[in-house]
Amino acid sequence: MVFVAPFVIAYLVLFIYPTIKLIILSLTDGPLIGSGKWVGLHNYIRLASDHLFKQSVTQTVYFVVLTVVPNTAIALGIALMVLRLKGWLQSAVLACFFLPYILPVTVVTQTWLWVLDKEFGIAQYLIAAVVGSRVPVFHEADWVMPMIAWVTIWWTNGFNVLLFIAGLRNVPQDYYDSAALDGASRWNQFRHITWPLIWPVTALVLTIQLILQFKIFDQVYLLSGGGPFNKSQVILLQVYVQSFALNHGGYGAAMSMFLFAMIVVFSILQFQVLRVRVPR
Amino acid sequence: MTIGISRFRITAVGLTIFTLACAVCWAFPLYWLAVTTLKHEYDTVKPGLNLIPSDPTLDSYIFVIEHTKIAYWYVNSFVTATTITVLAIVISATCAYAISQLKFPGRKLLWGLVLASFMVPLTSLIITHFILMNDFGLINHWGGIILPQLITPVTVIVYKQFFDGIPKEYREAAVIDGAGEFQLFYRVYMPMTWGVTTALAIITFIGAWDAFLWPFLAQTSDEMMTVTVGITQVHEAFGVQYARNLAVAVMAAAPVVVAYLVFQRRVTDAIAISVGIKG
Repeated sequence: MVFVAPFVIAYLVLFIYPTIKLIILSLTDGPLIGSGKWVGLHNYIRLASDHLFKQSVTQTVYFVVLTVVPNTAIALGIALMVLRLKGWLQSAVLACFFLPYILPVTVVTQTWLWVLDKEFGIAQYLIAAVVGSRVPVFHEADWVMPMIAWVTIWWTNGFNVLLFIAGLRNVPQDYYDSAALDGASRWNQFRHITWPLIWPVTALVLTIQLILQFKIFDQVYLLSGGGPFNKSQVILLQVYVQSFALNHGGYGAAMSMFLFAMIVVFSILQFQVLRVRVPR
Repeated sequence: MTIGISRFRITAVGLTIFTLACAVCWAFPLYWLAVTTLKHEYDTVKPGLNLIPSDPTLDSYIFVIEHTKIAYWYVNSFVTATTITVLAIVISATCAYAISQLKFPGRKLLWGLVLASFMVPLTSLIITHFILMNDFGLINHWGGIILPQLITPVTVIVYKQFFDGIPKEYREAAVIDGAGEFQLFYRVYMPMTWGVTTALAIITFIGAWDAFLWPFLAQTSDEMMTVTVGITQVHEAFGVQYARNLAVAVMAAAPVVVAYLVFQRRVTDAIAISVGIKG
């Protein structure tokens, strides 16, 4: 009993209680701190007609589309490239790709705000060469989400690369040897050996990404603050604004419940994916 | 045949060069971050590609150390990240040990709850965590940063799987020698988890050091911020002072970068273990 007590207490106080409290709060019109009136499902009904919230859902989905598949594809490409190398060169190259992942998000955003700075950013030479002029990327409606997605990919890619490398190392070399003997091209080896064998890892990476990117907040808050014209408005930012800036605890809680429900659904999906993996 | 081989070689060399070029480009922003902090403020805004500072200086670091609360932020980050790491490991390991090795009522239920909480995003609980920490009077205290970050179901799951894999003979032998549950746990089981424990500890520490959203909400006074949150304050206080802003960022990143470079293998193993590919 003594063994489970610390965890159970922490779990009840810091997990079960806040979850129940969140559900109750979402059914009231209360402020962040203090009590409010019971309003039933009013907050949830209000969500359905809240344009800004709908915008935030749309932009979150847009962000998920911009990050999940590209991040996975880039990670697979990098993993394949890294695995061709040997010895210290492999470690050094892997470190280049992995290092951003361990950085605090604020370091990542500070770095990119500087690299992409409109006046003095070094990447503006590249942007000017491609589109003809300097672009304040986090203040342009068309640029803001793709650029936040790019910074996110740069930051989180290393994690996925590691998973792919672990997966690719499990593919027996014999398969490639005999395929090469049969004269299979590199592309065919990839399509018929690598791809099917690492599909479980790919599915895992995709679902992890889906859950992670749906919770986007930090990068948006730090890079664009949701602007311009709410073009980078996302769900968690709305939760933050409603409950902490506007002090609408109850309404913010309803938004939180929406996010909560979405992620539980994705997680069940992930659980299914993981379960499929186990017998292998 | 020889032509085939040499063509193959050329492609291989080309691919290697391409890989190296990608790696250099990928890491370039980090180089640019580091190198900018070594420039004078007026050099950072000079047009052109000044890839190597003509006149390197540590001015921006000295300025930051003298004019910001970075010393406080470091202490806050170290204290909270270390406490989170130690407590999360102890709580998770003991709980996992009980679920794996002991028989008690509610064991199945507890395990089910751990697995279920794996699916629930803690970020959706920020509102009620804030209310709870406020009720405890822990906003702007270390405790306020630490407590909500102690729920780490993944750590419990990893430990449980590890303990499940330890042969029963160890347990039986120790019991015959008269060992109690605590001795079994500390003397027999925990020492075997050393590799897993260090790996989990390192990624828990890095995770706690890097955490942004919760520490950002839980601390409103300058002196109680963690480094990760503090960086954003500097930006607001200095205005357009690139070298100084970035010097703070480098200082915030330094401990985790060092931790990664020293424990490279452990970090990568930990990630693979916690996702369950190797575990």
